[in-house]
Amino acid sequence: MSIGDRIAPRVAFGEAITELGRASSDVVVLDADVSTSTMTCIFRDAFPDRFYNVGIAEQHMFTMAAGIASTGLIPFVSTFACFATRRAADQIHISIAYTGLNVKINGAYGGVAVGQAGATHQAFEDLAIMRAIPNMVVLDLCDAVETRAAVFAAADYDGPVYLRTVRCEVPVIFDEAYDFEIGRGYVLRDGSDVAIVSSGMMTPKALDAAAQLESLGISARVLHYPTLKPFDRGPLVRAAHEIGRFVTIENHSVIGGLGSTVAEVLAEEKPSHVRRLGMQDSFGESGDDEAFLTKYGMNTQHIVQAARELAKE
Amino acid sequence: MIHSRMNVPCRNHTAMTVEISELEEKARRIRELVIRTVHHAGVGHVGGPLSMADVMAALYFRILRLRPDEPNWEVRDRFILSKGHSTSAWYAALAERGFFPVEHLKQMYRLNSPLQGHPDMKKTAGVDMSSGSLGQGLSAGIGMAIGAAHKGQDFRVFVLQGDGECDEGQVWEAALYGGHHQIRNLVLIIDCNRLQQTGRIESTLNLDPLDEKLRAFRWTVLECNGNQMSDLLPTLERARDLSAEGPVAVVSHTVKGHGVSFAADRVEWHAKTITDDLARQALEELGAADVNW
Repeated sequence: MSIGDRIAPRVAFGEAITELGRASSDVVVLDADVSTSTMTCIFRDAFPDRFYNVGIAEQHMFTMAAGIASTGLIPFVSTFACFATRRAADQIHISIAYTGLNVKINGAYGGVAVGQAGATHQAFEDLAIMRAIPNMVVLDLCDAVETRAAVFAAADYDGPVYLRTVRCEVPVIFDEAYDFEIGRGYVLRDGSDVAIVSSGMMTPKALDAAAQLESLGISARVLHYPTLKPFDRGPLVRAAHEIGRFVTIENHSVIGGLGSTVAEVLAEEKPSHVRRLGMQDSFGESGDDEAFLTKYGMNTQHIVQAARELAKE
Repeated sequence: MIHSRMNVPCRNHTAMTVEISELEEKARRIRELVIRTVHHAGVGHVGGPLSMADVMAALYFRILRLRPDEPNWEVRDRFILSKGHSTSAWYAALAERGFFPVEHLKQMYRLNSPLQGHPDMKKTAGVDMSSGSLGQGLSAGIGMAIGAAHKGQDFRVFVLQGDGECDEGQVWEAALYGGHHQIRNLVLIIDCNRLQQTGRIESTLNLDPLDEKLRAFRWTVLECNGNQMSDLLPTLERARDLSAEGPVAVVSHTVKGHGVSFAADRVEWHAKTITDDLARQALEELGAADVNW
């Protein structure tokens, strides 16, 4: 794959766990009857003996994964982010996080991008829920390159990890030299007037916004945070001292996710001007992904507008 | 409903009688330790631990393959207490079996204690799965049995669950999965003490007929009097042996608070402070040599 290719991270996830399964027979995959959506069907077809379709039973699935992990295997557990984190929140909390068992959770279809399925399937609070659970590493993944790297990094890490992937195609922004590490924030573009902080599928939009701002005479730094927890304070605090003006953009509610994390860190380290773009404490609805993002103030033009307003202050 | 099984597996009758009386003594000792623990803590669950004490004695002194000096032995049999609030009886059994000193029971419920109010696999030797939020134990047990099959190991998994706990939907998700896939080396024991926190099972959510429900989910179902060792032990042995072919459930009929007259079959003794006078009475009824530790 090369820069600019449009690849759905869910496909990258399915291929990555299959590659991982080839490397280690300890890797097993569980899915709650949505494997043709989460794309764990790729693993299913390659390793049917290590694939467990539990049926439409998310609560059972997450606790069963904990039991499997307790024997030394590495389960990757997939379902839609909304069902994983809302329906099975207690199972993840008690059976996986409290025990610290080595379970990897794929929250597929994170955020707005669920096709036209609408509010019941849109998880705008999955990162908030996972972030509040002790022991849980929380990843919001961007493109196919980052998703593949994160799958391998999660397998190397001993403990529970939440990997959020999206359904829609996302342009590839990283090349094979990308040095992904859990717990690291990345400066993707330098700038001095305003800092845009993004994660997941919003980072390509943040980069587009920064390019548009440059043509308007505004220099925007882009900070990319694939790991929400543990959060890498360094790049953010440096930007606070050097710039002091932030726009956060996330495929999530502004409550409890990236925007909240940024505001919390800045409040403690270096109070700054912050505008948080994302779902403003509301439920979603059906609609084309891009049209939806535009209606709810989460598209490239909104980043540009917020950055221009901040840069004037 | 309760039926005695006549065909006890081949075994010398005298040896069996001795074994039964030894396990009855272990169950008595576990009850004694439960009373001491809860009395000492000043708080705690009483009825549930007392109803399951006999199962703990049979598992920890006859059924389970264990190494108390090597609690993480890879092929040990697993035990999961899904009804985690009754863990004082499990702690008592673990202490009696040598996983940690009996003295540790005095620390249960205290800050910085290895013995939490609900089982914590990271803090307590011999605890294979944390629990406390009801309904999760069977799913975890199925996962362990799958792990064993995947790794070619022959350990067995025993899950003890409450009857009130069967209200939880996850129990039936797991039962459906276990039956459909005919999970082997898995034994589910349901401690049917007929009471839940605020009332009787049949007036809260009636489970009857529980055995037929489980059979309809494609489990092999055995029943026994879970407070009568001569019935319980051979039933558990048979369940263990039958589990080589597929999942087995033991419907273990018990009395909540069994062995202590003021707590037996009394809903208010789900969880309650045991006063000094009542502790003395309970220990006397349990034949404790001394009311002190």
